[in-house]
Amino acid sequence: MRLIKNVGVWFDQRLQLSTPIRETMEHPVPRRTASWAYVFGSAALTVFGLQVVTGILLALLYVPSAGEAWNSLQILNHQVTLGWFIRALHGWGSNFMIAIVLIHMVQVFLFGAYKFPRELTWIVGVLLLLMTLGMAFTGQVLRFDQDAYWGLGIGASISSRVPVLGPRIVSLLLGGPIIGGATLSRFFALHVFVIPGSLIAFVGLHLLLVLKLGINEWPMPGRIVRRATYVSEYHELTRTDGIPFVPGAVAKDLFFSGFILLSIAVCAVYFGPFGPSGQPDPTIIQTAPRPDYFFLWLYAVLSLLPPSLETPALLIGPVIALAVLLALPFVSGEGEKSWTRRPIAVLTILLLAVALGTFTHLADYAPWSPVMDAWSGEPIPAQYLKGRTALERHGALVFQAKQCHNCHALGGAGGDRGPELDRIAVELTPDQLIRQVIQGGGNMPAYGKNLSPAETTALVAFLETLHPAGQAPAREASSAARFGVRP
Amino acid sequence: MTSPDDLSRRGMLMKLGLLFNGAIGAVLAVPILRYLLSPVIRQRNAGYQSWLALGQLDQFPAGQTRLTTYRHPSANPSDGETANIPCWVRNVDDKTFQVFAINCAHLGCPVRWFPQSGLFMCPCHGGAYYEDGSRASGPPERGLFEYHYKIEHGKLLIQPGEMPTAGAPTARLINISLGRPPCA
Repeated sequence: MRLIKNVGVWFDQRLQLSTPIRETMEHPVPRRTASWAYVFGSAALTVFGLQVVTGILLALLYVPSAGEAWNSLQILNHQVTLGWFIRALHGWGSNFMIAIVLIHMVQVFLFGAYKFPRELTWIVGVLLLLMTLGMAFTGQVLRFDQDAYWGLGIGASISSRVPVLGPRIVSLLLGGPIIGGATLSRFFALHVFVIPGSLIAFVGLHLLLVLKLGINEWPMPGRIVRRATYVSEYHELTRTDGIPFVPGAVAKDLFFSGFILLSIAVCAVYFGPFGPSGQPDPTIIQTAPRPDYFFLWLYAVLSLLPPSLETPALLIGPVIALAVLLALPFVSGEGEKSWTRRPIAVLTILLLAVALGTFTHLADYAPWSPVMDAWSGEPIPAQYLKGRTALERHGALVFQAKQCHNCHALGGAGGDRGPELDRIAVELTPDQLIRQVIQGGGNMPAYGKNLSPAETTALVAFLETLHPAGQAPAREASSAARFGVRP
Repeated sequence: MTSPDDLSRRGMLMKLGLLFNGAIGAVLAVPILRYLLSPVIRQRNAGYQSWLALGQLDQFPAGQTRLTTYRHPSANPSDGETANIPCWVRNVDDKTFQVFAINCAHLGCPVRWFPQSGLFMCPCHGGAYYEDGSRASGPPERGLFEYHYKIEHGKLLIQPGEMPTAGAPTARLINISLGRPPCA
């Protein structure tokens, strides 16, 4: 015991760190901040530590070469002892990290912690969010499979739309004329050196600012932030109603961080590692690339925006979002901190959450994508064929053979790109059906060139049978009147 | 205490030292930047824009559209399979051909050809194109990217160029149809 103490004293005489460390640990924080609401920042730091450790472990075996990366992931998954577990920890760690960083950001926003004097802490935090998302995208590329390959193509296509500089940015991104070895190497350098290096520096700055400015006090309705008086009020609060950070406030941080690590480990064991999916071979075109879940909302937005709005939205949207985030502490640096007095802040969060959730959910089943094998894999329901004439059945055959089923659902199966056709006969008259099939329009291709008159007649005869029992098909009112036929 | 003389001499030396390091830094920055930007400032007419044979003409029957692949001329060993690039070859009438890039003009996903309905369909965001590559429906704002081609000694040749994206110099614009069907 005495020996340990002597060794400690020997080091401290030289390092002279024990006093500043003790002062940091024991610095007073407002009593109410020892709360479960304040645990997300430290949890994000813990997960970042896990990512660094598991990342280094993976780098021991991963081969950052376009020809070898996929094989080295297979070896990690199947041949190396517990390689699958380290990959799963790293993959689930990244998912948890993004979730925790976002929750931390929401908490900071709702508690008004970005207000004076913590503006710079918020700005550094926004940069940390960008770097975390950068790590997520580059990490998805390092899992060099089909999704990574075509994801890179999507990234390049988006970059190419930047005015004037577009093609140059694409060349810089890919490192060559095509997606290949140079591309993977530079994403490896970004994921392993550039972004983590900046992350460590900015996390240090973030923590330094938290220590210098103190943990944000629990917001009380009516306690207004004013530049002139805030700092002295905060010191008064920590003096009269403060507790030392260690051990007073740190206990909940420790428990939550441990709980998160345990959750990541449980997910890793139970669900296993992410992919890799098919080989990154562009000649295998039977693939439907999907981004990882944190970019699914973007995938949905890219499908749903009108084409003319897409490029402006892609290029200007992120700039506006970033500007809003960076300007926030300057626009509302004073005033109420409590969320109970900031209805617009609460509504903004709710709106964003609902929008992101909806887009993510939509992207999960991608109603805008044709179901590429519905025409050969999804039969027409039997009740639509029973008791039909030869012409109508031939129309059903045309419906399948011309891949109509890829975009139109029948009996709940098939694509959702176009409308369901189970009651199309009630909605369109035969003439309207013929026109729609031949000329297309409303986001449907024109089939005039690919259907013979006989095929069109048969197809429309089949479509005419698709109406609920007891509900007559639509008839054109004018012709009915002209020929004196009762509609 | 330091005299004003002393201070100014030290200050002068420090400024000179900073200037010296700044100058060296600027000199070093030139090769570093050139190295970093080499994918951008390299010669545009690099080898991969020369003509490359896709195969004999009889591989591509008249009136049909077939998938074929080529090894990109810029390939080096570390590229592995990623340098095997697919493309769609349409033989219109044995004299006229169209060679389409595999990449959807929207965001670059691989389009698939459906001969029965005469459409190229994209699995990502639902873009569709007619057999001549013009836009049929969905988010793409233009038709498929087309390679320059020529026929020599019974072989079909293309200029591979760069991966086509909306702004890439090798992506030739084909007849854009803004949602209007070509006939009907």
